[in-house]
Amino acid sequence: MSTPFTQLTSVAAPLIEDNIDTDIIIPSREMKSTGKTGLAAGLFAGRRYHQGRTENPDFIFNQPAYREAAILLAGDNFGCGSSREHAVWALAEYGIRAVIAPSSSPIFAGNAVRGGVLPLVLPHATIADLATFGGPISIDLAARTVTAGVVIYGFDIAAEARAMLIGGLDAIDLTQKSAGRIAAWQAGNQSARPWVYL
Amino acid sequence: MPSLFDKLWDRHAIADTPGGATIIAIDRIFLHERTGAAALNSLAAAGRTVADPARVFAVMDHIVDTLPGRSDVTTMPGGTAFITETRAACRAAGITLFDIDDPDQGIVHVVAPELGIVLPGLTLVAPDSHTCTQGAVGALAWGIGSTEAEHALATGTLRIDRPRTMRVTFDGVLAPGVTPKDMALALIAAHGAAGGQGHAIEFAGPAVTALAMEGRMTLCNMATEFAAFSGFIAPDAVTFDWLKGRRYAPKGALWDAALADWQDLESDADAVFDREISIDATGIAPMLSWGTSPAQSMTITGRVPAFSGTGSRAAHDKALAYMGLVEGQPLVGLPIDAAFIGSCTNSRLSDLERAAAVIAGRTVAPGVRAIVVPGSSAVKRAAEAKGLDRLFTAAGFEWRESGCSMCFFAGGESFGAGQRVISSTNRNFESRQGPGTRTHIASPETVAASAIAGWISAV
Repeated sequence: MSTPFTQLTSVAAPLIEDNIDTDIIIPSREMKSTGKTGLAAGLFAGRRYHQGRTENPDFIFNQPAYREAAILLAGDNFGCGSSREHAVWALAEYGIRAVIAPSSSPIFAGNAVRGGVLPLVLPHATIADLATFGGPISIDLAARTVTAGVVIYGFDIAAEARAMLIGGLDAIDLTQKSAGRIAAWQAGNQSARPWVYL
Repeated sequence: MPSLFDKLWDRHAIADTPGGATIIAIDRIFLHERTGAAALNSLAAAGRTVADPARVFAVMDHIVDTLPGRSDVTTMPGGTAFITETRAACRAAGITLFDIDDPDQGIVHVVAPELGIVLPGLTLVAPDSHTCTQGAVGALAWGIGSTEAEHALATGTLRIDRPRTMRVTFDGVLAPGVTPKDMALALIAAHGAAGGQGHAIEFAGPAVTALAMEGRMTLCNMATEFAAFSGFIAPDAVTFDWLKGRRYAPKGALWDAALADWQDLESDADAVFDREISIDATGIAPMLSWGTSPAQSMTITGRVPAFSGTGSRAAHDKALAYMGLVEGQPLVGLPIDAAFIGSCTNSRLSDLERAAAVIAGRTVAPGVRAIVVPGSSAVKRAAEAKGLDRLFTAAGFEWRESGCSMCFFAGGESFGAGQRVISSTNRNFESRQGPGTRTHIASPETVAASAIAGWISAV
């Protein structure tokens, strides 16, 4: 169960670089506990802080206009690299609820949907426009629109991902509704391919 | 008409969901101590159990030290909790764990094929992006996050959207000294780190089928660096011979039945893919990364490229600044501080043998720290039986216990800021091997040759 995502209005912090990998989003050294919390301080740690953990004023999140940003604008292949879900947990805990990028890594996008963070795909040019716009933008997930002032952009998202985000649904609960069907399939498969089962 | 991917998918598709995803049966799950405790503890806290513990395995590889005499105490601050909590959670869930002292301990993607836990036609998932490595045996294997791992553990399934398909065909014959690592880097350099975006990628063609099993694993390993959903290779006699007799592989009549079933695991001649890429393998030369993405790679004897118009000029300049390089600079001859041979990409016996052959009685250059980390305890024993440990240590390399080791920095051992490392690993990301560390990824041969020279060197 994640926090349902319906509508969101926020300024959007531009970090428009390609291949922002999960090591950048949260370095492995910041994953200090075996749990899923306490990660916000490690978000973008390598860029957010100088040595001695003082704020780097040049980093986008440390600039006054973007301190409360709940939307991140990024480049191609956001969240590539390690499958660590801590990247999503850290973003969500920090307060980022949507990442708008031309593409994100398949593993990151899957993790994001399950963690209540919207991986929103828009073309490079649109993202550049949103960065130039600068003011608060609004995302309506049910309507699949991003509104910046008077301009409205549509976006696509897989139906299942959209339903999961809007409902804050737990995928395990959903799948367990099909438990009977899964068990029947497995029984058939076990006779057909017994070596699969140990 | 169906492709190999279609066949793998159809064998596991249980039901379509109202949202257009598919419930896919998961045959094997592999956990490790970095995230194993998080998934298992979260599952238990929700009052859920592991559906079929006999098909779930775990190993200590990410956090555990690779220094001699290792224990639950780690150089990574706080690492002990990851080890002990994963151990306890595996025990409580009834999951087979290859623990620190287990003879089968090693990197998950080395161990699973080695033990025959992954087989042709299976689905296998693990909370590790390089799970695609295991597609080399003709399985559908992919990396997932912790929440997805919980879903797979609890239900024996995952809900996924059907990925688009791609075939990458390597035509021709590799030149001597050119390796699967070079094939992968050449592909990613040509088509970008997002080039395989979300696709299920079949690697095919004569240069792929000519590869031995371990080389196929190296190639599939790098599929995630290409942003693929997964990478895989149709199983053939090479695959079947390699797997036969391995501990968890079927035996006797069951093997015969499996073998008969696996004959169909190839793309039909008229199979259609959403995308196709062809590469002339004959033209591939040994590769080396110059920047901070695997896409920023070049032939080792080339010069650091000028900005090409793909991506952004700023990103190009940033990578150059981070790596301490300028456009047009040759990399051969650039002094290095360290050389690392290991990781799920290039740490198998054949990798170590080829590196050892390059060393051929010579010694590591003064001032260069050189490390070899076998991919599994079994690889380590096999290498020691061949005397490779003595060869490496006589040359001045550290000979380690198996694990992920310094492929990534988790707060423990590091190469240090500004240190230039040539590494047989898979990621040259900023600070991947330590804050400020400058990583060049290459084949084990190139790493060995450079360690001996003291600067970046072709074999």
